[in-house]
Amino acid sequence: MNLTQKTENARTALDAHVREIVNWHFSPETGCPFWLEYAEGLDFDPRKEIGGYADLKCLGHFQDEWLRGGPVRRWVPKAYADKPIYVFETGGSTGVPKSRISVRDFQIDYELFSKTLSDEGFPPGSDWLMLGPTGPRRLRLAVEHLAQHRGGICFLVDLDPRWVNQLVRYGKNEEMDAYKNHVISQALNVLKAHDNVQCLFTTPKLLEALCEKISLKKAGIKGIFCGGTEMDAQFHRFAREELVPGIDFVPTYGNTLMGLATCKPFDPSDNYAIIYYPPQPRAVIELVNPDNPDEQVKYGETGRVMLTTLTKEFFVPCFLERDEAERAEPIPEYPWDGVENLRLLTELQESVVVGVY
Amino acid sequence: MIHIPILRAGRTYRSLKTISVSHIKTGEPLVEVSQANRGLIAKDLLDLPLHRQTLAEHSVSDLIEKCIDAAKFFTSADLPLDGGTQSAKDYIQQVSGTTGLPEALCKQNMGKIQGVLENIEQVLDGLTRGLDLQILDSGWGIQNDRVLSYVCETDSLGAVLPSNSPGVHSLWIPALPLKVPLVLKPGREEPWTPYRIAQAFIAAGVPVEAFSFYPTDYPGANEILFRCGRSMLFGGGSTVAPWVNDPRVEIHGPGRSKIIIHNEQTTNSEEYLNLIVESVSKNGGRSCINASGVWVTKNGNEIAEALAERLARIEPRPLDHPEAGIAAWANPKSAHGISSLIDRHLKQPGAIELTNGDRVVELDGCTFLRPTVIWCEDPEHPLANTEFPFPFVSVVEVPSLHLVESIGATLVATVITEDDLIIENLLNTPLIDRLNIGAIPTNQISWDSPHEGNLFEHLYRQRAFQQG
Repeated sequence: MNLTQKTENARTALDAHVREIVNWHFSPETGCPFWLEYAEGLDFDPRKEIGGYADLKCLGHFQDEWLRGGPVRRWVPKAYADKPIYVFETGGSTGVPKSRISVRDFQIDYELFSKTLSDEGFPPGSDWLMLGPTGPRRLRLAVEHLAQHRGGICFLVDLDPRWVNQLVRYGKNEEMDAYKNHVISQALNVLKAHDNVQCLFTTPKLLEALCEKISLKKAGIKGIFCGGTEMDAQFHRFAREELVPGIDFVPTYGNTLMGLATCKPFDPSDNYAIIYYPPQPRAVIELVNPDNPDEQVKYGETGRVMLTTLTKEFFVPCFLERDEAERAEPIPEYPWDGVENLRLLTELQESVVVGVY
Repeated sequence: MIHIPILRAGRTYRSLKTISVSHIKTGEPLVEVSQANRGLIAKDLLDLPLHRQTLAEHSVSDLIEKCIDAAKFFTSADLPLDGGTQSAKDYIQQVSGTTGLPEALCKQNMGKIQGVLENIEQVLDGLTRGLDLQILDSGWGIQNDRVLSYVCETDSLGAVLPSNSPGVHSLWIPALPLKVPLVLKPGREEPWTPYRIAQAFIAAGVPVEAFSFYPTDYPGANEILFRCGRSMLFGGGSTVAPWVNDPRVEIHGPGRSKIIIHNEQTTNSEEYLNLIVESVSKNGGRSCINASGVWVTKNGNEIAEALAERLARIEPRPLDHPEAGIAAWANPKSAHGISSLIDRHLKQPGAIELTNGDRVVELDGCTFLRPTVIWCEDPEHPLANTEFPFPFVSVVEVPSLHLVESIGATLVATVITEDDLIIENLLNTPLIDRLNIGAIPTNQISWDSPHEGNLFEHLYRQRAFQQG
């Protein structure tokens, strides 16, 4: 099957998935209180009007402020009311953080992601070190599940990024460095004490800090799943050439609302460009004109990230993220749009605190 | 397009992340500058002790000779620029093109750097107060029948640099003959001068390992300040705030340099007006050693009016005009923003602008701010003790009794008075970094007298030493 046919099939499957998800969330038997209440304010029935992805815009743009504060159970679909519910938080350096509920989504997302990892870089049965944000973040449980899903055990180190953001905000450079060293020394202890740790999740900054202290290759690390913050082509090159040469380096883009986007398999002709593909049909990323979100940008052009999450646990239509990127063409492995050079929106780049991870 | 690479201990590196800096007149991209990622800087700086060892193989006297050679290369040679070469004329046009400093002033600044390089022995003599520099090679020695020993406190000097004026780079040059490798983070619009100085040194035979040059972002700059044992940091209040209590970092913040006049007979003479005009406007009024305040005890309004009349004669000219004396703004929005800020402050009682006409002027595709004179009756007024990077000056009148206590932190103060008590109080106040007594322009530097901190004392510590 050629790429065009694959792309058309993916689009058809997406539209069918959209219908299923909309039907689920707006059905009194299965939907969550938030969307059922939302539908009462509409002058149409989404289950009848929405026939595919393109029709989702009739619901308007999801506002992430809706996720700030409770009651958090208004997001739990009735169909899952008797299931154990997780809650994950995002942001929250100050004030009430935004939160989303989850039942098994984080496990499904990471099981799908696991299929993209090579057995050479991430040997089944090998153990993992999770060196990233913990606490109320999805990553902490998701990476542990990934390790378990691949037959391994996950070692963890505490890391509170909100505290680090406070240190950055108030210019407490020495305290920030001390905290980083505290985290890194714990990671070194894990690596020294547990020979079977061959896989690592970490963030770009912590990877740099770890590599100052130890050769990860000599420590037995074969694969690194790197994410948590934005990465650019220069960092990607630096990581592959200088930080961890010879180790399978897998950049990813994930967030609490979407799940996990995987990176296009490494191709030298991409000149280290990082191109992500969302886990369609569970999530769709569209790049839109920042001044007119109804207008999709052309391939190669820069647009604002508009995220749509479509799972039975969580429905997020047309959410305008704080990120921008260039629109990338579908590829055989991912026959739908990708995003290249993902980064914070230009207009926000001056104002956001970037912490330890 | 011209490309300026990163220098990783002298080794050129082209980054996948670049920024493009445009010619301020044409708006066309003039140079693409490779940007170092933070982690790359951190990784490189782990090797600083090795680079210092390499540089230490050269004696101070040898490095002084190389400085003198570098002066020639800097001012007249075609020096490497990423595969091509850059002539001195290219350099002047390029600096002017991205910073807005008129070419004539760029040339003057080039002369200032040349002067430091050529007179480096005199500069070091001033910084070390006549130390026998061989002591830095051997670690100890005997001078004037005394045993002296100095220890270097760092493997490098980091410098987070500004874009306002090329002459400022003369401040870090002495580190090299003092045997300390350099880690330079250039200002966004002015990568040219530190890169050319480094190339001039390399052409003169200084080991390439002594030069690291990292155009980078805020986290990258922080990495330099954090990892270098000693640094100098240029910037405004918010930039320098996190580092003010770190003794490893020498802060070069706002200058708020002043001329202080307490002389009832001759306050308004032509001689003093010439002094004030030069102090305010030389080098486009961009330097921290330019006067931004004239503090007087009498006749303030008259002085301000006379000064306004004189400074108004300095009109914007095209950047390549041989008599151009005011710099264009690389970012016109900043010029308009500063002008609006001044206007907002003027609405507060206690200050009056005495210069007439439009402050913001568009000429030859560039945006300028014309010289501005403010007469401040209230020394607490927000315009009384501030500075902007153009010829801006406030004339402030205060009673002689409160003169010294009211001037605030001042980089350079020139005082004109015959009052011994005022002079004594000025000599005693820690508020002034450099004190000129008599009619010396604030911008006039002396080779043997550091104007802002003492680099030698920043880099070296005297220690007790005995040999059995």
